[in-house]
Amino acid sequence: MGKTLLQKVWDLHTVRTLSTGQTQLFIGLHLIHEVTTPQAFDMLRAGGIRVAFPDRTFATTDHIVPTLDRTRPFQDPLAEAMLSALERNCAEFGIPFWNLDSDRQGIVHVIGPELGLTQPGMTIACGDSHTSTHGALGAVAFGIGTSQVRDVLASQSLAIDPLKVRRVAVNGELADGVFAKDVVLEIIHRLGVQGGVGHAYEYGGTAVERMSIDERLTICNMSIEGGARVGYVNPDQTTFDYLRGRPFAPTGAAFDRAVSWWRSIASDADANYDDVVEIDAAAIEPRVTWGINPGQSVSVSERIPSADGRSNGAVTEALAFMGLTGGAPIEGTKIDVAFVGSCTNSRLSDLREAARVARGRRVAPHVTALVVPGSQMVRAAAEREGLDQVFRDAGFEWRGAGCSMCLAMNPDRLEGRQVCASSSNRNFKGRQGSPTGRTLLMSPAMVVAAAVAGEVVDVRNLMERQVPAGVH
Amino acid sequence: MPSRIDRIDRIEGTGIPVRGDNIDTDRIIPARFLKAITFDGLDDHVFEDDRASMPDHSFSNPVYQGAGVLVVNGNFGSGSSREHAPQALKRWGVDACVGESFSEIFRGNALAIGLVCVTAAPDDIERVMTLVEAIPSTRLALSLADRVLDAGGRQVRVDIEGPIRDAFLAGTWDATGLLLDDFEVVRRVAARVPYIHGF
Repeated sequence: MGKTLLQKVWDLHTVRTLSTGQTQLFIGLHLIHEVTTPQAFDMLRAGGIRVAFPDRTFATTDHIVPTLDRTRPFQDPLAEAMLSALERNCAEFGIPFWNLDSDRQGIVHVIGPELGLTQPGMTIACGDSHTSTHGALGAVAFGIGTSQVRDVLASQSLAIDPLKVRRVAVNGELADGVFAKDVVLEIIHRLGVQGGVGHAYEYGGTAVERMSIDERLTICNMSIEGGARVGYVNPDQTTFDYLRGRPFAPTGAAFDRAVSWWRSIASDADANYDDVVEIDAAAIEPRVTWGINPGQSVSVSERIPSADGRSNGAVTEALAFMGLTGGAPIEGTKIDVAFVGSCTNSRLSDLREAARVARGRRVAPHVTALVVPGSQMVRAAAEREGLDQVFRDAGFEWRGAGCSMCLAMNPDRLEGRQVCASSSNRNFKGRQGSPTGRTLLMSPAMVVAAAVAGEVVDVRNLMERQVPAGVH
Repeated sequence: MPSRIDRIDRIEGTGIPVRGDNIDTDRIIPARFLKAITFDGLDDHVFEDDRASMPDHSFSNPVYQGAGVLVVNGNFGSGSSREHAPQALKRWGVDACVGESFSEIFRGNALAIGLVCVTAAPDDIERVMTLVEAIPSTRLALSLADRVLDAGGRQVRVDIEGPIRDAFLAGTWDATGLLLDDFEVVRRVAARVPYIHGF
């Protein structure tokens, strides 16, 4: 019986079994940022502990970064204190840090892959639940809390429970106007927001195999929204082509040796899975959330569900918070704000798809719309293609790189009961900065369509007809 | 890191119920309170936005002040990996959480700070919640050794992985000391991982 990638990576990185029954797992790459680390460094100082592998630790700043005025000191003294603490800690402990003035600064889950830091077969940890993103390149990546950040800093290892593996096979062709975001929203809807607890999700099938790395990053990113702490895609030629030439990727003969090792750590054809789920790609439509967790979504052509008494009051609670009516179509739901960004959907390909819809159109007068690239590198690349101008011409604001309105730890936030069409990952109550603000999750193209219409619409009606290949 | 021996077996106190599945960490502690470089004062903001929108929220109800055992439903602590969530609960006074299930990251964070999470069957959770709502002064006593929650004389079976329970009982739940126990083994593992040495 063959092994899964997870088993191979787990075995290679196992230091020993701890008395707690957990595995002590060696962590190959530790990514840190300003929000979940200051207390961890204080704990190290209190214990007189050094960082074990500073050269396997990389820092950037993303959560609290203002996207309009990045001058220091920040207007928000709390945000300034957090960034100052990270600067101090990185200097004291010898950790490389891409600060605001670096062209490599950005959302930690965007810069890891784009710099080639994230590689197949690695174990990765970061004090952020969306660390699952890095699995798109065949890494096993864990979101952790601050005490665990301390542990990884101190020992380059983590005490962690072994995971089961569920293969999620998405087979078939996605229709035009249907994106990786719609696929993962469908998966979470199908398997539930706690369906993945105790599991790693291995995404595969012909639809995933055809996807670019950017698309795979979107899918792996939201694994945690389905309860799976880890999500990954087996590395393949797409992965190797993506990594070649990136700043931290191996070069020359080392790259070839790396590729043969990367191939070897992919799941074997006869690997044993704890569970297998099949999803028909062709049946997926653009999806929109109507509730207060990412599992509460419908296809754009569907109606909002009604409470049926079986749902422990969850539907009733969600509808009350959202101010939506069970049985009404989701299409036509009015929005106030449109946000393209976040570690889920702020990469160059996301911005290209968004710009394709925005080109030649105007944001509805009552809608505030912003595009926040995931990194300074994404921002620069988009500007080289003129995407910033497309967005500006359409009435979007074009901002600096950071997490922004995904969780509103910077000045970008909803006010009052505003409704936001958002390409981010969480529609939790209050997530976007206003305790009563409301979030509708969807793909970047759907966000732009909603911004233009001023309400939820089916982006497929706005897309130019695709000319079939070979027809001119 | 000073190795701390903090044995945890019996946890006693009154209970505080929070009903609902999938109560995420943004609700336990909204992101704006993460803008700090310490965990101090998080207890003042636990469930702040839920409390504002739900006047009868248990964390606003004086009868539950001083409670030590939080009783919850399914997938409690989902979402963000912020340790601030269990930190806020612990600083508020919660020493143990009894629920149908917990998100993995929340449970790991709770373990790291010595906040006990045990699970119980949905029917039992419902009984304990109803009891605590009817008589908030009911004494709850959790025995890790026996895997039993005594709720006003009624015995409820609770679950916790054996080795985790043993770590609480032995006071070895703080992982840092364990992880640094034999650092040479970590170095040996690093040496065999191809990408650490440029393939």
